[in-house]
Amino acid sequence: MSYILNTQQADQVLGALAQTYGVYAPKRFANQGRYSATDCIRYDKVTRASEIVWQVKSDYPAKEVINPIQQAIFYFTEDEYRASKCKEQPILIFARPCDINAQKIQAKIYAGNGGFTDMYYERMRERVKFVLMDCNGGDDTCFCVSMGANTVEESDYAAAVRFSENGMEVQVVDPELEPYFAGCPESAFTPAFVTENELKVTIPDLEDKEVRLALKKHPMWQEYNARCVSCGACTVACSTCTCFTTRDVIYGDNPEVGERRRVTASCQIAGFDQMAGQREFRATAGDRMRYKVLHKFHDYKARFGDRHMCVGCGRCTHRCPELISLSATINKVNAAVEEIKAGMGKV
Amino acid sequence: MNNPVQPYPCKILGVKRESEHEWTFRVACDARPQHGQFMQLSIPMIGEAPISVSAQGDGWLEFTIRNVGKVTNVIFEKTAGDTLFLRGPYGKGWPIEQFQGKHMVVITGGTGLAPVRSMLNAFAADPGYVKDVTLICGFKNEEGIVFHNELEAWKSQFQTIYALDNDAKEDWRTGMVTAFVKEIPFADWGDDYAVVVVGPPPMMKFTGLELVKCGAKVENIWMSFERKMSCAIGKCGHCRIDEVYVCLDGPVFPYAVARDLVD
Repeated sequence: MSYILNTQQADQVLGALAQTYGVYAPKRFANQGRYSATDCIRYDKVTRASEIVWQVKSDYPAKEVINPIQQAIFYFTEDEYRASKCKEQPILIFARPCDINAQKIQAKIYAGNGGFTDMYYERMRERVKFVLMDCNGGDDTCFCVSMGANTVEESDYAAAVRFSENGMEVQVVDPELEPYFAGCPESAFTPAFVTENELKVTIPDLEDKEVRLALKKHPMWQEYNARCVSCGACTVACSTCTCFTTRDVIYGDNPEVGERRRVTASCQIAGFDQMAGQREFRATAGDRMRYKVLHKFHDYKARFGDRHMCVGCGRCTHRCPELISLSATINKVNAAVEEIKAGMGKV
Repeated sequence: MNNPVQPYPCKILGVKRESEHEWTFRVACDARPQHGQFMQLSIPMIGEAPISVSAQGDGWLEFTIRNVGKVTNVIFEKTAGDTLFLRGPYGKGWPIEQFQGKHMVVITGGTGLAPVRSMLNAFAADPGYVKDVTLICGFKNEEGIVFHNELEAWKSQFQTIYALDNDAKEDWRTGMVTAFVKEIPFADWGDDYAVVVVGPPPMMKFTGLELVKCGAKVENIWMSFERKMSCAIGKCGHCRIDEVYVCLDGPVFPYAVARDLVD
């Protein structure tokens, strides 16, 4: 069933949902942006529809709700490891198709890879229902259509919404959400999907092993040694990046009590691959960029088969302090691949 | 819900000093890893490190550890009776069923001997399992030699070449392990042999190249990798190389896979 709600009704419904669910959506954090007097838009708990930022894409992805930047995984008391507990409350996440598709990608790693299911991911993910936010086209860094991440199936969401200045239209799919909309005016709303982005990316053809090995040695990566500052902002903003590290913390001045934390890690930051007493395998920004880009556009798909590890959300481009564009990088990869293939007589 | 990263406490049964920086810890544990698998050693308030199992028996495992990091430094403070936390075993070990009945070649550099030690002891205890064993062990210098007793014992059971990189030592050779690969009689063995190589990455790279140059077939060679890990269950991403995860698909890889991996 679909409904049309004015702003007051939308706030009331969100308020009621927030009584049962932890409702997470993109929210504006005033003056927390990257430049002075700019805002940051990231996921947080909301209790009113008017708190939700729908006009523009969030700076940070929905993954933060399911995989926080840091979380305690064990508490230590002397010689005891006690796994951290998790709230039982169900969760509703308002997300665009890119972010919903990103969770399918994260699940392949966290809840399947090698036959191991990560308890900390799974216990969050199984409580999550998505509310699809009708995407109004994103911005000039988006290329979801090129990545096939512009649409989702009806089975991927519990409800779909289209916000406007006057309120929101909703299609309720999950019967558990129906009671919250009882008495609201009905409509014929169904979600629409972006069918074309301003930005289009051609996915590089990296099937040929020899071409791939040559690409890894191509001088194009060295350009990033001068440009990339290895800050990791791209991977934190990435909708799909999953990497983390563990860090033990001692509480205050009592060395017998503490916790083991899982903290977001980045393959772009020096030391990501460094073992104790040994040199880094990827010692330059160019090596690390090559590693990331090939994971996104070849390695993930080679392992899991279904799709690439990029949903074209453009957040990495958006957040890069050095203005490195992923789509421009992919264009460079395409040019390098053509050059390599021509050199090998494989065109 | 099962938590695959939950460590369990194990008592240290004894500590043996192999060299100044490499000690072997025997730990009470009922796990029976495959030869070449590894476990996560975990110290509350400090962290975790992946360490290969260097020997095993009924109710115990041994880990030969180099004190080079914050976790291993704390492990070195522990003695018999103290507790170590373990989880695992993880990864794929040596495919010993594929080695059965063949001429076996084992080439190690430094503490690369640890991940093959339990397999070598199994071959020594069951002499008919493989046809024979050629063991080439290289160490940087005399101070770096580990498993002295076993090296001595293996001399009578295996064809051995022990070498120091630059120094001279009685009954030992001088030179990198790559220098001795040409002495392996691959031509006499047809296709009936298997080679395993473990050591620092440059040693494995050049040993692989030398093996192929000396007639060894790529598909008869295996190598064991070591990479940074946080989780050991394919989630944290630290050990990923291309589309493989060292913790899941390794640490032992066929050379046909290993030679094309680019970190």
